[in-house]
Amino acid sequence: MATATKKYVGKPLKRKEDPRLVQGIAHYVDDLTLPGMLHMGVVRSPYAHARIRGIDTTKARSAPGVAAVLTAEDLAGAIGPVPCAAQIPDMKAAPRPVLATGEVRFAGEGVAVVVANSPYTLRDAMELVDVDYDPLPVVVDPEKAVRKDAPRVHEELSDNAAYRWELEGGDVKKAFKQAERVVKLRMTNQRLVPMAMEGRGVLAQYDRGDQRLTLWSSSQIPHILRTQIAAMLNFPEYGVYVVVPEVGGGFGSKLNVYPEEALACYLAMKLGKPVKWTEGRRENFLATIHGRDEICDMEFAVKRDGTLLGMRAKIFADLGAYYQLLTPLIPTLTGLMICGCYKLPNVRVEITGVLTNKMSTDAYRGAGRPEATYFIERGMDAVAAELKIDPAELRRKNFPKPEDFPYATATGLIYDTANYQGAMELALKQAEYKKLRREQAAARKKGRLLGIGVASYVEICALGPSSAMPAGGWESATVRIEPTGRVRVLTGSSPHGQGEETSFAQIAADMLGVTMDDVIIVHGDTSAVPYGIGTFGSRTLAVGGTAMYRCLENLRDKLLKIAGHLLEEDPAKLVLRDKRIVSKRDPKKSLPFGEAVAAAYTAKSLPPGLEPGLEATNFFEPSNFTFPFGTHVAVVEVDRETGDVKLLKYVAADDCGNVINPLLVEGQLQGGIVQSIGQVFFEEAVYDEQGQLISGELTDYALPHAADIPRIETYHTVTPTPVNPMGVKGVGEAGTIGATPTLVNAVVDALAHLGVRHMDMPLKRERVWQTIQEATGGSAGKARKAR
Amino acid sequence: MIPAAFEYFAPKNLDEALRLVERHGDEAKLLAGGHSLLPLMKLRLSAPRYVIDIGRIRALHGVREEDGRLVIGALTTHHDVESSELVRQRCLLLAEAAAEIGDVQVRNRGTVGGSLAHADPAADYPAAMLALEAEIVATSSGGSRAIPAGEFFVDLLTTQLRPDEILTEVRVPVAGRRSGGAYRKLHQPASGFALVGVAARVRLGEGEKIESVAIGMTGVAAHAYRAATAEQALAGKKPGAKLLGEAAGRVTEGVDTLGDMHGSAGYRRAVATVYARRALEAAIARAGGKTA
Ligand SMILES: Cc1cc2nc3c(=O)[nH]c(=O)nc-3n(C[C@H](O)[C@H](O)[C@H](O)COP(=O)(O)OP(=O)(O)OC[C@H]3O[C@@H](n4cnc5c(N)ncnc54)[C@H](O)[C@@H]3O)c2cc1C
Repeated sequence: MATATKKYVGKPLKRKEDPRLVQGIAHYVDDLTLPGMLHMGVVRSPYAHARIRGIDTTKARSAPGVAAVLTAEDLAGAIGPVPCAAQIPDMKAAPRPVLATGEVRFAGEGVAVVVANSPYTLRDAMELVDVDYDPLPVVVDPEKAVRKDAPRVHEELSDNAAYRWELEGGDVKKAFKQAERVVKLRMTNQRLVPMAMEGRGVLAQYDRGDQRLTLWSSSQIPHILRTQIAAMLNFPEYGVYVVVPEVGGGFGSKLNVYPEEALACYLAMKLGKPVKWTEGRRENFLATIHGRDEICDMEFAVKRDGTLLGMRAKIFADLGAYYQLLTPLIPTLTGLMICGCYKLPNVRVEITGVLTNKMSTDAYRGAGRPEATYFIERGMDAVAAELKIDPAELRRKNFPKPEDFPYATATGLIYDTANYQGAMELALKQAEYKKLRREQAAARKKGRLLGIGVASYVEICALGPSSAMPAGGWESATVRIEPTGRVRVLTGSSPHGQGEETSFAQIAADMLGVTMDDVIIVHGDTSAVPYGIGTFGSRTLAVGGTAMYRCLENLRDKLLKIAGHLLEEDPAKLVLRDKRIVSKRDPKKSLPFGEAVAAAYTAKSLPPGLEPGLEATNFFEPSNFTFPFGTHVAVVEVDRETGDVKLLKYVAADDCGNVINPLLVEGQLQGGIVQSIGQVFFEEAVYDEQGQLISGELTDYALPHAADIPRIETYHTVTPTPVNPMGVKGVGEAGTIGATPTLVNAVVDALAHLGVRHMDMPLKRERVWQTIQEATGGSAGKARKAR
Repeated sequence: MIPAAFEYFAPKNLDEALRLVERHGDEAKLLAGGHSLLPLMKLRLSAPRYVIDIGRIRALHGVREEDGRLVIGALTTHHDVESSELVRQRCLLLAEAAAEIGDVQVRNRGTVGGSLAHADPAADYPAAMLALEAEIVATSSGGSRAIPAGEFFVDLLTTQLRPDEILTEVRVPVAGRRSGGAYRKLHQPASGFALVGVAARVRLGEGEKIESVAIGMTGVAAHAYRAATAEQALAGKKPGAKLLGEAAGRVTEGVDTLGDMHGSAGYRRAVATVYARRALEAAIARAGGKTA
C-alpha cells in the first residue's frame, strides 16, 4: 500500500471510539431528548394471521397525556409501504404497509400507534386500544406453505411461493451420469434473531419554519433511509436530514427501513412536536428482521477418489410475511456462493422464496453466505464420511490452485485471488491436526466423544460493483484538510461498532504524515457527509476506505505541489512525514505540514493553475467483489450422558488481504465466531403452529455467555486483492461464515463412529443426547414415549 | 417494560413493615432484591397496588451461627451467602447453590427470602433448603412460625406464606462430622435457571454406610421436592457405583415432570438421574473427607 509512512497502518491500535463508549458518555438515540418531546408506541397484533374487524381507539384517545392514536385508516395512504430494493424476475409483490391494513400477517405487526407525553402514560394508553380480530389460518412451515391447500399469507396472491430462482452452470445431468457415487444431505439453517445489544430507536423532529425534517435513527444506512423516508412521505429529500448517532450493533438488522421510522416522522410533522420511539426487547424479537431460515437438499456427484463432479441444491427460503429492504435477495446470495472454495464445474441451484406468517427475514451477519458455506461445508463432510476420506484431504483435493485465479465459478462469479491451501495448512498446523486425530482415536477407545471439525470458506465481500447491487455498490468520501492542519474525513459509509473511526484515521494519518489525533472521521450525518450507501456486506474499508484513499492521494499530491512551489523542489521528490514535507534528496529542504496547508487557504503563493483550498471528494466504484477465505478447526467433547458439548479448542486461519489494524480484525473474527457459537448451540427463533414466537424473550432465546467461549486462536495469511489499491478485502462477517460449519462438523465428527452423519442446528443438549441415544440404542426411546 | 402505577412504601423496621402488610395484604407485594418481582411488573404480569420495599430493614440482613444452626436473614443476598466464610465452612452445599444463581448482578441484588418466597420451579435455593432440612421462619404481627422446608413449597410459585406474613429468616442445621453435601446444576442456557438442580447431603456412619441422606430436586417439577424413593434406596447401604446409579435413577419416580423447549420431560428425567449421581458422588466424597 502506497502510504507515505507506516507509522499506524498494520499496527494493533486500540480503538479511538472506545473511551467515550466505556465511559458511558456516548449518545445513542434513546439518550437524546428534545423540548416538548412525545413518545410513540406501536400496538402490535397478537395473532399471526387475522382479519381486523375493527379498532376502537376512543378510550385510548381520551386517556391522560395522549396526543394521538392512529390506525391505517387514519393514515389513509399518507405513508407509502416499507421499501424493498430487491427485484427477482417474476417475483410476487408482498409490500408491507406501515400499519396493518385490514389484515395482520405476522404476530407483532403494528396495527395502531399511540403518542403520549411520557413513556408511562403511553404504556397505559396502549392497553386501551381495542382491536377486534378475526383469526385466519396460519402457515409457518415453508415447505407446507407451497402446497396447493396451504392457507395463503396474501389472499390476493395465487400461492405462497414468492419466487423461484434457478441457476445452472456446466452440465449437471452429465455430471450425475458420470458420478461414481452420489451423496445426499438435507440440512436446515435455522431462523435467528440478530439481537443487537441496542434495539432500534427513532427520534423525529419537524421544523415548520424551514420545513426541515430531522430523523435520528439507529441505522446502518443513513442516506438510503433519507431517500426512502422522502419517498414514503412524499416529502422533498432536501428537507430530510438523517442523523445516525452511536449505534449499539446492527448485524444487518439496521440495514433496513422500518415502519416506525416513517411513522415517527409523519407524527412529528402532524403534531408539531418531536416524537421518539424506543424499541423494547420483546418488539425487537417480534418486529425487527430475522436472519437465515433456509432448508437445503444437497446432492453431490463425486468420483470415488473424492473429485467433485457436480452438485444440485434445492433450497427453501422462508421470507416471512412481507418484504423488507433486501428480503428476497438474501437467499440468492446463498445460491451464488454455493460452490464454496471448490472446483465444482457443474452446479444447479433452485431456490424457492416462500411467504409465511412470520417476521421477514433479511440480511443478518453474513447474509446468504453463512448459509451457502454451511451447506457446502456440511456437504463436504458428508462426502468425506461416505468416501472414508479425511475431511481436510477431500477439501485440499478440490481447491483451485493459487495460479487458477481469477477463478470463475459455475455460478458466474469471478473469485479475485486466493490461496486456500495456504490458509488450510496454517490452520491444521496451528491446531496440530494430526496429533488431534491420534488423541481422538485414543479418547474413543476410552469411550470419550471427542470431535474435530474442519471447514474452509470463501465469502463475498466489499459489496460490490453497482451492476450486481440493488441500489448502488459504490461508496463516497470527502476529505478536508482544515486551515489549522487538522483532517476531517467524511465517509458515506456508516460504521456502527466496526472501528473505522480508528482504521480510517490510521490510513489518513499515514498518507498525510500527520498523527491519528489530527484526524477525525465523520459518518452517519447526511447533512455533513456525501451521499453514501452504508455499512454492511464487509464493504466499509474496502469500498468506503478506498474512496477516502483516493481523496487522500489527491490531497497529498496537491500539498506536494504547493510545497514544491514554496521549496522550489520537484514535488515528485517530496514526501509527507511527521507533519513535515521533506525533500528526499535534500532533507534540509523541508516545510511544516501546517505551512503548506495554510498556503492552500491564504492562496497567495500557489503554483499556477492550482485551486485554493484542500478538499477532495471521491465516489469509488469497485470493479469486482472481494473474496476472503480461510479454514477453521474446532475441537469439542460431548458429554454422552447429557449431550452437553464443551468447546475445547478453536483455531481460525483467515485471509482478508492486507490488514490495517490487526486488533480490529481480531475483534471482528472473535465476535463472528462467538455469533456462530450462538447459532450452532443455542439460538433459534421458534414459531409454533399458530405463528407465535415462543422463544421471543431473552429468558428463552439463549445466547452464548462469556463462559461458553474458549480461547479463540486467530492466524492469518495475507493475499492482497487486486480489486482495490489498499489490497483489503473485508472481515466483518468472516468469523460467522467460517465457524458455523466448523463447529457442527466437530460435533458430528465426535459421534461419527456411532454412525451419526448429520444433526441440524441448534445442537441443543437434548438433540445431541437424543442422537446419541438413538445411535447407541439407549433409553431415549423410552423417555420419549413417557412424555 | 414499564410497570403499571403503584404506591411505594419503604418501612425502616420490621414492625412498620408488618403493619403495612397487615393493612394492604393481598393488594401488596414485598420488594426485596426485586429480581423476580420487577421483571414481572415490567411485563405487567404482576400489577400490585402497593409495593413495600423491605430492603431497609437492617435486622433481616446477614448470616450468624446460633445453637448449632446457621441463621440466614431473609435479605441476605446470594452473593453474601456464596462468599460467607461461615457458610462455606459449615454448609458448602448452600454456598455452592448460591454461587450457581444467575450472574453477578443477580447475585448482588437477589435475596434468600425473595427466592424462597417466589418459589420459582427452577430456582436453586429450594432444592438446597430441602436437602438441608432447613426451617423457614414466617413472621406476622401475630408472631412467628417456623415452617419445615419440606412443607413450605406447595405448587408452582406457591408457598405456605400468607399475605400478612414476611419471611424473616431461614435456619439451617449445621451438619456434624462425616457429613458432606453438594449442589450440581444443569443450566437452562437462556435464563440460567436450573434445567435440573440437585442438592445432595449425606452422612456416613459405621462401616462407611450411608447413615442419612437427603436429596432436594429443582427444575424438574412444578415445585422443588425431596427424592424420597432414591433416599430410601440409599439409606443404610454402602455406596458404590451400582447403588448410586440405581438410586439416582429413581429421583424422578412418581413425579409429574416438566417439559418445555429447553428440555422435554424425558430429557429432564434422564439428566436428573445423571446430575443426582454426580451430586451424590461429590457429597459422599466430601463426607469421607475428600475434596470434590
Ligand atoms: C437474569 C436473572 C437470572 C436469574 N437466575 C436465577 C437462577 O439461576 N437461579 C435462581 O434460583 N434464581 C435466579 N434468578 C432469580 C433471583 O434469584 C431472584 O433474586 C430471586 O428469585 C428473588 O429474590 P429477590 O430478593 O430478588 O425477590 P423479589 O423479586 O424482590 O421478590 C420476589 C417475590 O418474593 C416476595 N418476597 C420477597 N421477599 C420476601 C420476604 N422476605 N417475605 C415474603 N415475601 C417476600 C416478593 O413479594 C415477590 O413476590 C434470576 C433472576 C434474574 C433477573
